Amino acid sequence: MSQDSQWPVWEVFLQANPGISHKHVGNVHAADAEMAIQNARDVYTRRSEGISIWVVPANAIAASSPEDQGAFFEPSNDKPYRHPTFYKIPDGVKYL
Amino acid sequence: MEDAKQLEAFEAKIAAGQKIEPKDWMPEAYRKQLVRMMSQHAHSEIVGMLPEGNWITRAPSLRRKAILLAKVQDEAGHGLYLYSAVETLGVDRTELLKQLHNGTAKYSSIFNYPTLSWADIGAIGWLVDGAAIMNQTALARGSYGPYSRAMVRICKEESFHNRQGYEIMMTLAQGTPEQKALAQDALNRWWWPAVMMLGPSDDQSPNTDQLMRWKVKMESNDAIRERFIDRTVPQAEFIGLSVPDKDMKFNKETGHYTHGPINWDEFFQVIKGNGPCNANRLKARADADKNGAWVREAAMAYAAKQMKEKEVA
Ligand SMILES: [Fe+2]
Ligand SMILES: [Fe+2]
Repeated sequence: MSQDSQWPVWEVFLQANPGISHKHVGNVHAADAEMAIQNARDVYTRRSEGISIWVVPANAIAASSPEDQGAFFEPSNDKPYRHPTFYKIPDGVKYL
Repeated sequence: MEDAKQLEAFEAKIAAGQKIEPKDWMPEAYRKQLVRMMSQHAHSEIVGMLPEGNWITRAPSLRRKAILLAKVQDEAGHGLYLYSAVETLGVDRTELLKQLHNGTAKYSSIFNYPTLSWADIGAIGWLVDGAAIMNQTALARGSYGPYSRAMVRICKEESFHNRQGYEIMMTLAQGTPEQKALAQDALNRWWWPAVMMLGPSDDQSPNTDQLMRWKVKMESNDAIRERFIDRTVPQAEFIGLSVPDKDMKFNKETGHYTHGPINWDEFFQVIKGNGPCNANRLKARADADKNGAWVREAAMAYAAKQMKEKEVA
């Protein structure tokens, strides 16, 4: 750890309401997880924006890289049969 | 060397209204300009806490005190959103703060003016936050994702800042003659600095074309200034105050106000460090940083110890 660090970075995820997923809202600097949660509360929920907070050390996140975005997501582009609209169902058939 | 094809793709993306994200390719000039602008903006938010913080213990009522505390806390939050947005460009906060403290990074000229009376707190919320909103709503449409998202958040919070300031001014303007005089005096002192904080006039502001094309800047300084003046002058009139500009006139043909000459010499002096409070503001920031160092170290030591105990257990 450096002599005078501004503390490690934690990515912050908020759940806005019960029943929906946590969503990334930004990050905070904090010495440990507990402090990260408190800082996240003060920085990201001053106006009741959330009911639950997750914090994750920023360096623990692995991400896909934008350069090979095209090739990486390609496999899903040629599979239109994964979508319900791919199938033609006669007009008279109901509930399908 | 920057690949012409990459540049073309980058510009096409921006022209199509898409955001540039941290890991995307970007020209070095774009990155540099963003680091400069965003860090200046972050510094302004936290240095901006000082003139207002000056009045927290002397607010005239508990209501005003609670409001001012919440406002100043919001500004700290704005600073944090912005520092984390700058960090996405690979510059860490320690480095940014170092640049602020050694004077290589700038912050908004406006915060180098003193808050002499309670009415100044009204004037700041109304005029300074008001001018900042004009600028920030434009920046929210900018091309760099993290900056634009920070601006959206900030704009949502700013409108309370603006209104609480106006409410202070209105209350004073409707009070005793002495109170009204305080309000007018604050307006007299803050008007021109607020008009100037939107930046040099367009003929003195270089590089604007490229920055506009890259959506780093969304509107020219003069355009934003005009909107600020058009909205603010009638607000002053409504509460019986007048802006200290004898040339201020509404032009029926253009639908805009025309204002008197701006003292740009004063602006550049303040930017250079010769404003009334520059030294004071920087010292307050550097002292806070220095005096807080042991807390940061102790918290890290404690975290390391807890981690070790957890491993043993
Ligand atoms: Fe702010
Ligand atoms: Fe504000």
